[in-house]
Amino acid sequence: MSGIADRLQNLTVPPSATEGFADRAFAGGRAGAAYGRISTPIGELTAVVTQRGLLNLIFEEQDQDRALQRVADKVTPAILEVPAAVGFVREGLDDYFRGRAFRIEMPLDRTLITTYQGRVLDFAYDIPAGEVRTYRQTAQGAGDGRAARAAGRALATNPLPVVLPCHRVVASDGGLRGYAGGLDRKRLLLEHEGFGR
Amino acid sequence: MKLPPFQRLLDEHADGLRRFLVGYVGWEEAEDCWQETLLAALEAYPGLRHGRNLRGWLFTIARRKALDCLRRRARDAKPGLALDGVEAAPPELPDWELWGRVAALPEKQRAAVALRFLADLPYAEVAEAMGISEAAARQNVRAGLASLRKTMPGKETL
Repeated sequence: MSGIADRLQNLTVPPSATEGFADRAFAGGRAGAAYGRISTPIGELTAVVTQRGLLNLIFEEQDQDRALQRVADKVTPAILEVPAAVGFVREGLDDYFRGRAFRIEMPLDRTLITTYQGRVLDFAYDIPAGEVRTYRQTAQGAGDGRAARAAGRALATNPLPVVLPCHRVVASDGGLRGYAGGLDRKRLLLEHEGFGR
Repeated sequence: MKLPPFQRLLDEHADGLRRFLVGYVGWEEAEDCWQETLLAALEAYPGLRHGRNLRGWLFTIARRKALDCLRRRARDAKPGLALDGVEAAPPELPDWELWGRVAALPEKQRAAVALRFLADLPYAEVAEAMGISEAAARQNVRAGLASLRKTMPGKETL
């Protein structure tokens, strides 16, 4: 390779302001989805939002790349990292973790939620903070008491954990059973809501 | 192949695109062209049928946007300027002299040299982005380098 080619390759250009581009693109409605990280008492969460509302909340142990790829496949690949776009999620979670509002209200995008799952999660949403229900009760609430297993699956794949409180559903023997964010988190959330006190 | 989140393309190629554009359209226009390229890519992205060769796709858009920009400028402002030669780098920049030589190259040579050495693309993708054969891409790069070598002062240090 000639010297001039080396010199060309070494020419410097100031780094690109990709953040500014991403901000404007999402604010202007040109990007379908945006994500940003939120630190909470149960670790760092990644929130994925669309123009409609919160689409997906991901725990830090979950595979971020895979979760974002799933959004790309099922919703839109036009996804950008825009921390400012998840501000409303940050506020809602902040109210929850400070104990100001256990019923989290914010615009949601339910694209990743199936019809049956929606019924299950709506039931969970109406369980008062500080209380729990069993998988069977939840299945009943969603229309079919024999479908406890299906209800369990619907809860386990909740794309909006914490916000739609699938952690308020436990086994009939009082065991916590399972949680996508790990049982320790499930316990922490229930304790935070005053369950067992 | 599935399409990755657009942010991944941005992380991997935003700097390369910018380097190409600075070399090809000059410092003054590069920022606008870069924004236009990314916006056009973002909007077209969900319509892509596969995720093969996304880099080549991005640089093809960049070349097209940049060429539009050069044509606009040539038509509006300085009819005599045509597409050959763009604004040189500001003199406070290190290597501004080399930037200036690149800026003065004829359009095709400038595009090929910027794609090959500023954006670091293989010849096949240089050719793709310019819509020419690989042999023609190599020829343009060779001619561009020869011209840079000839016009650079202090050749012995090269």
